Amino acid sequence: MFYREAGQYKTNYIADSAIFPILQDRIAIAGFLAIAFVIIPYFGNDFFINSMMIPFLIFSLAAIGLNILTGYTGQISLGTGAFMGVGAYACYKMTSIFPDVNIMIPIVLSGFFSAGVGMIFGLPSLRIKGFYLIVTTLAAQFFLEWCFIRVAWLYNYNDSGAIEVPQRELLGWIVTGASATPTTRYLVVLSVVVAMTWVASNIIHGRIGRSWMMIRDMDIAAELMGVRPLFAKLSAFAVSSFYCGVAGAMMVFFWLGAAEVESFDVNHSFLILFMVILGGLGSLLGSFLGAAFIWMLPIIIRAVPDIIGLNINAATVEHINFMIIGGLIIFFLIIEPHGLARLWAIAKQKLRVWPFPY
Amino acid sequence: MDLLYNVFVDPFAQMAALPDFLLQVLWEGFVSGTLYALIALGFVLIFKASGVFNFAQGIMVVFAALSLVGLHALGVPAILALILALAIMGVLAFSVERLVLRHLVNQPDIILFMSTIGLTYFLIGLGELIFGGEPKSMITSELGLPTGSTTFEIFDGILILQHIDIAAAVIAAILVIGLGIFFSRTRIGRALRAVADDHQAALSVGISLNQIWAIVWFAAGIVALATGIMWGARSDVSFALQIVALKALPVLIIGGFTSIPGAIIGGLIIGFGEKIFEVYWGGLLGGGVEGWFAYVIALIFLLFRPQGLFGEKIIERI
Repeated sequence: MFYREAGQYKTNYIADSAIFPILQDRIAIAGFLAIAFVIIPYFGNDFFINSMMIPFLIFSLAAIGLNILTGYTGQISLGTGAFMGVGAYACYKMTSIFPDVNIMIPIVLSGFFSAGVGMIFGLPSLRIKGFYLIVTTLAAQFFLEWCFIRVAWLYNYNDSGAIEVPQRELLGWIVTGASATPTTRYLVVLSVVVAMTWVASNIIHGRIGRSWMMIRDMDIAAELMGVRPLFAKLSAFAVSSFYCGVAGAMMVFFWLGAAEVESFDVNHSFLILFMVILGGLGSLLGSFLGAAFIWMLPIIIRAVPDIIGLNINAATVEHINFMIIGGLIIFFLIIEPHGLARLWAIAKQKLRVWPFPY
Repeated sequence: MDLLYNVFVDPFAQMAALPDFLLQVLWEGFVSGTLYALIALGFVLIFKASGVFNFAQGIMVVFAALSLVGLHALGVPAILALILALAIMGVLAFSVERLVLRHLVNQPDIILFMSTIGLTYFLIGLGELIFGGEPKSMITSELGLPTGSTTFEIFDGILILQHIDIAAAVIAAILVIGLGIFFSRTRIGRALRAVADDHQAALSVGISLNQIWAIVWFAAGIVALATGIMWGARSDVSFALQIVALKALPVLIIGGFTSIPGAIIGGLIIGFGEKIFEVYWGGLLGGGVEGWFAYVIALIFLLFRPQGLFGEKIIERI
């Protein structure tokens, strides 16, 4: 009743190709942004912002990156964790070589390093398809992990082998390091994620994005129709790794504060693949929904025994956690293989015709 | 120049100078290759029959070994524990087919692949909940497996062969021959091959897909149990094995996803290649190259033969 496009006429081509053609959608997006930028920083406590919102946003960005590669271009990758690591280590090296540069510049530049590495490991994708590609991305994952341990130059030869985030200011606010408040860090992360999501949406709806989708749907047909596979696949690897790299840099600089190679291991690659597939392959909204689901659910499950007064030890909760997540992944795949984003699309369609069934 | 010498001359000089050590390295490579091949065998069985890329094979190995050790720790005699562990793998195969695969027929490959990752998580949680997360030692001697070692004198040096390794190689050979006979000589085996060839054609001549899938998952479960026992005997039974099981992927790449002999040969190539490279060239790179070298071998193979050594030729049509 409230959600329908009756009476909203499109009178020019720009309006016709808008991403949110319906007024109610635009209002909802504005509402979400208002909540994210004003209400959450104002009312949210430190725990909520620091252990739920910041990682959720960062993983969403990484999930967008993987979604560009897997969801839009159809190339399965298990190297996300390592590409995030490349971004993090590149950012760390840049801040230690150029200590006076504004912190946002190395954060964004680190994405380019990651994109370069991603393109090198994307080269085999021109010959290799489907599950075979998993192996090349796993090669990237394990080789880069090995580099993070063995190449001491990457962590400035310190004894711990970890990278520690220095304190940096942005517009007079301390944004990184131990004394930065969660709220400032949250706002910085949120701004970057919103800006990069907007860019991603424009790339995907543009010419490059359409050529990615043609490659995904049928690469030979796309090639015959004039899409260059070399350019399309490598650009997908580059953009995807760029997003993962920035996400990795932000993960260390705005969330963890210090990181070792374990923060970028193959389990993180799986985690982000879960987010993408559960959220919905080939959907930006799905990246956010998947990240929220996979990241928030364990935290909620951990809190449940306390709330209902059961006294279970932490290890048991962790094991049950694994079982529930595994079970839910299978459950969601069975009821809706196209992910949470499709469930939302179905709900939207129902709302549109409500109160009639169709 | 120094670098060229270290890369191209020195390792071979070392090999020639200490042939007994080279033989020892080759033996180690052979044994780990056998174990990779066994894991890859489980993958191939399931991929052949159902087209499912079974990511859970690694955790099935851990789960089977844990059930065996866990049951024995409860006081069950070793042989009975072995039978019960087999029964557990049977129940697992049946429930996977009934609860997961049957609902996902006709879905794209990546969805089926994801569901096996979901299964992996579920089994990790279940395994740790029931048996605990700490590493356990395999009940090698209780199962009647040999534990000693034999020392040969050869090339003025010694070569040490662990009996358990020999047993692993023998068991792997028996499994492969057994599976080969099962596939080519029995009624169910023929049905399995029919399903592998064409799902719809197999259905139309009255072969029950559901039954075949349950059987093939059970066969993979048996292979997993054998692998778990052998691997557990060499190190410990722990969840870390699951990451090592990812090494089966390059093995599959080299051998091709659908070929049983390919899995064996691929496993051996990876096993030999990785050990020799680690021992003779790894030092130049600072060591620890075993983690990724297998994937690099697979990558090189892929660039020249994208379908693997024994895979069927890929023909693309519009």
